[in-house]
Amino acid sequence: MKNVSVNVDHVTRVEGHGNIVVNVKEGKIEECQWEVVEAPRFFEAFVRGRSYLEVAHIVSRICGICSVGHTLASLQATEAALGVRISEQTRLLRRILIQGENLQSHVLHAYFLAAPDFVGAPSVFPLVKTHPEVVLRALRMKKLANDLCDVFGGRTVHPITPTVNGFTKLPEIKDIKAIRQRLVEATPDLEATMSLFQTLKLPNFQRETEYISLKNKEEYALYDGVIASTDAGTTPVENYRSWTNEYLVPQSTAKYTKHVRESYFVGALARFNNNHEQLSPRAKKVAQALGLKATCTNPFMNTVAQVVEAVHAADESIRLIDQVLDKGLKEEDRRVLLKAGKGVGAVDVPRGILFHDYTYDKNGICREANCIIPTNQNHANIQKDMEALLPQILDKPQEEIRLSLEMLVRAYDPCISCSTHLLKVEFV
Amino acid sequence: MKPKVAFFDFASCEGCQLQVVNLEAEMLDVIGAVDIVQFREAMTEKSDDYAIAFVEGSITREKDIPRLQKIRDQAKILVALGACATIGGVNCLKNFQPLEEVRKYVYGDKAGWYETFAARPLDAVVPVDYYIHGCPIHKDEFVKVVKALLLGKKPEIPSYPVCVECKRAGNVCVFELGMRCLGPVTRAGCGAWCPSYRDNCVGCRGLVPDPNTNAEKEVLQKYGLTVEEALGQFRIFLGYSEVAK
Repeated sequence: MKNVSVNVDHVTRVEGHGNIVVNVKEGKIEECQWEVVEAPRFFEAFVRGRSYLEVAHIVSRICGICSVGHTLASLQATEAALGVRISEQTRLLRRILIQGENLQSHVLHAYFLAAPDFVGAPSVFPLVKTHPEVVLRALRMKKLANDLCDVFGGRTVHPITPTVNGFTKLPEIKDIKAIRQRLVEATPDLEATMSLFQTLKLPNFQRETEYISLKNKEEYALYDGVIASTDAGTTPVENYRSWTNEYLVPQSTAKYTKHVRESYFVGALARFNNNHEQLSPRAKKVAQALGLKATCTNPFMNTVAQVVEAVHAADESIRLIDQVLDKGLKEEDRRVLLKAGKGVGAVDVPRGILFHDYTYDKNGICREANCIIPTNQNHANIQKDMEALLPQILDKPQEEIRLSLEMLVRAYDPCISCSTHLLKVEFV
Repeated sequence: MKPKVAFFDFASCEGCQLQVVNLEAEMLDVIGAVDIVQFREAMTEKSDDYAIAFVEGSITREKDIPRLQKIRDQAKILVALGACATIGGVNCLKNFQPLEEVRKYVYGDKAGWYETFAARPLDAVVPVDYYIHGCPIHKDEFVKVVKALLLGKKPEIPSYPVCVECKRAGNVCVFELGMRCLGPVTRAGCGAWCPSYRDNCVGCRGLVPDPNTNAEKEVLQKYGLTVEEALGQFRIFLGYSEVAK
């Protein structure tokens, strides 16, 4: 009977630190564990005592990759607490900004973090020599997405202009027109991306689970909506605590969550499963061409769902930009009346649904904070997937087992900096 | 032979390494000029043979110290990357609360599982050769520093305040817009990034070497603020220097 020992100390090409530990003695699985080992950072404590105007800037620093999403979820929570109703203009600009982040993050993950596995490369760097056109295309698309965020948020990593009840500075119409043109011209790159992912063979692994995301009857939800589940219908975002049920496990500095089942899935695949009918016509065609069909229960297909969403992001950005150009932009009064209150914000960011929840005193000072991060919500599901996948691949060579488990973890595009920081595969 | 370069991170958001990846076109030039041997966020292959180490993040727990010392022992040049590494940054906000309370607030009765101590910049633990300031770092400054290092030169980092760059950019002073700003005492080099978008500077690049004597300090006085009051208000990135005082 076979012994397998895998010990991936700090899984690479993910954001943050996590380990995989697998120990098989004479064909019997003794250990199969996903561990989060990131240094804990305590953001919820950081914001206590800080002003309502500072909080979004502080929590943006939870994560460099998802800083737009954290900023927007934070502003929503603060505005809900203060009873502020934002203007249609503010909501429109924020919806473009979150599309920009989704595009940026998905291109980064699909090309730089996930794709090297499919061509047998350890990273994107050797591909500069072997597949220069692929790398150049990835860089071009990433730059487009980053520039889109720069136009609407002042900066991609830790945006500057989004603030409570509006923007410190509105984007320039000429910059909006220029970025719209580039989004239109990105079509060949998006098509080539689809073709590339058509050639990649993903493991055929299925495990039924619950899929949770935002839902909005108006559009494919990212910026706002209600919480939706493939198992349990919908609920307002204020009920997030009873749907996430955080708990702690000793192998992780990140918190785990569960809802109807032992675990649930958040991210592009969850959004696709819940909201695929609202994708742009072109994104629907890409989903069909890539074999993605709701309800998809193969976690490896999350990367494919990201490619579909990247196409949708380009289409949706153009659609929303046209609304901006049609209506024009005007300076608005951003002043708010301070009052004590509690509010919840929820944004579906690249890696899944994100919740921020704050309580303010009457002077606008934050007194309580709670943030529930997408990757934390996926940890339990990653663990359950590993437990289901390992017995199916036990007859394979140890190196192949290790690679499959790493690819599984990577498919979730975990962002452990957010969750605190974790990722390590150990075959002991 | 191309210099061997490695990237490391401690407690941080990894946004500064992302800024390196965000170099896009220039990234290919950087890849052409150096040999990246370790960069966990972006690559699987790794080697511990490197001459230049870029280190992101703050030191926040006992077990970070030997890891950082090992990097210091190996690297000929150690560069602190971004505010968490250069000045302690946002992580130091917890230093103003009893740490036991901080741990309990986030992790409840399981607080004991999560080791932490007062957050600090890299140079509180090991000597640092060069600093790339900011939260996040500015891509152009990263390229400038890499170029200088490749030429064997000392990278030039401004020691004058953000106000100078802000005036040069022709911005309306944000004090005139009713805000308060740390531009008069914060080290320049970002091109007055935030004030150019009509937001106030919060000091992410650290203080100028002489915050109490530099000429722009008068801007604070004009609006009725002392340097100490301004710092107390903008603790977001500068907590470590406040603690150190």
